[in-house]
Amino acid sequence: MNLLHSPANATPPSQIGNIHALLAEIAALLGKLAENGGSGFIDLKSLPLAPGEARQLHDILGRGEVTASIDALGPSEIIETRYPGVWRVLHRNAGGDITADLLEIAHIPEILKAHPDDVRTSRLRVLERLAGTQ
Amino acid sequence: MPDPFMTLGEKLALQGVTRRTFLKYCTSLASLMALPPAMAAEMAEKLAKSTRQPVIWLSFQECTGCTESIARSHSPTLESLIFDAISLDYHHTLQAASGGAAEAARLASMKEHYGKYILVVDGAIPMKDGGVYSTIAGISNYDMLIDTAKGAAAIIAAGTCAAYGGLPHANPNPTGAVSVSDIVKDKPIINVPGCPPIATVMTGVIAHVLTLGALPELDEQKRPKVFFGDTIHDRCYRRPFYDQGKFAKTFDDEGARNGWCLFELGCKGPVTRNACATLKWNGGASFPIESGHPCLGCSEPNFWDAGDFYRALPEPAGKVLTTAAAAVAAGAVIGIAAGAIGRRKKAKAAAERKPVTSDDLK
Repeated sequence: MNLLHSPANATPPSQIGNIHALLAEIAALLGKLAENGGSGFIDLKSLPLAPGEARQLHDILGRGEVTASIDALGPSEIIETRYPGVWRVLHRNAGGDITADLLEIAHIPEILKAHPDDVRTSRLRVLERLAGTQ
Repeated sequence: MPDPFMTLGEKLALQGVTRRTFLKYCTSLASLMALPPAMAAEMAEKLAKSTRQPVIWLSFQECTGCTESIARSHSPTLESLIFDAISLDYHHTLQAASGGAAEAARLASMKEHYGKYILVVDGAIPMKDGGVYSTIAGISNYDMLIDTAKGAAAIIAAGTCAAYGGLPHANPNPTGAVSVSDIVKDKPIINVPGCPPIATVMTGVIAHVLTLGALPELDEQKRPKVFFGDTIHDRCYRRPFYDQGKFAKTFDDEGARNGWCLFELGCKGPVTRNACATLKWNGGASFPIESGHPCLGCSEPNFWDAGDFYRALPEPAGKVLTTAAAAVAAGAVIGIAAGAIGRRKKAKAAAERKPVTSDDLK
């Protein structure tokens, strides 16, 4: 899939060129993911994007088939873009302010996976529940 | 009574906080510290195993702007750091205790956590006339700093006044104000300059210690490289206009309306290291250049005496424009060259300082 020449890119091109560079980075990370399963990140908050460029990027990436929400220290939204393997991970604090805005290039974002410690705790809780039902 | 040796992870697990929550928190921390997002998982593991870090905060010759800045931190909130990760044992403005009780809290914390607490200082220290120009509980700022620094594991000099002397140090410096590092020579000092410092930089430095168990890497001026590694100019979204030679000449001309570079309006971005261009202010809403005003260079030493705010750095300007035109081909080299020219100009301006007048705003 050629991100740089997507027909979905109807937004006027950036005058500064950050969008082109970002799409090239996404394409490189997708190549790595396809080749060896290695995931990658782009921290959009750390980039000196010009006003309007972030919106332009998200217009290009769009929304795909999967959306997940998390309620932990405030709401989070995980959105698969129209390009499978490219996820937008948007974290907010309890006040609604954005605390992290990432693109994660992965089969499934890390934040959606259950941590092994939580899985172990979960098993104990289920066993307790099971014992209580006997 | 809660177990003081319980880790943060254990405490929060009792409240039903999952490791996913830790990962989210550390992803946000990594983002604000400009660390690779892939480090978030490792940070979450270490944060879960951390115990509460004692912090003593001393406010000296200052305006409380630094405390205001950090108290209004958006991400993560200072409240979450205070209550979940650090133990703020002494802070004039924020603590409930006052008078003798407040001083007793400081002394108790110093004794209990000797060698382990982080000391945060905001404000300069007046040295003239025995330091009488700023005292707390009858103790001069100098004596309190010397006494409290002895048992500190590290010192964070928060704001330009603590880091470099700042406004109290400005010519003619009537109180003989100096910085923390002018006095304390035998402790690790982290300078977090800015007038005020960016709140997320402050919380980021503390969080760095908590999550990575070490002080951040510092530059030659003891600033964390992760936040002060680049100039404002390096990371400014208007930088491409500089490279194209497109400048605003006045605050209301076509260039200003088009959002072109503010270099010729006196922007100190090329000689100022800070994270405003990426972290921004007010919860990431904007920063001075995005609002149409040149950078004043408030996080640099002697910024108040470094020349008029509204005069362009290089002299003559034509040389820079010529260089700027060449930069279209030369890329980032221009930033280094302009920075060097600017620093020479800044030093010259400091030597020939004239008061800023209303004419400078025209």
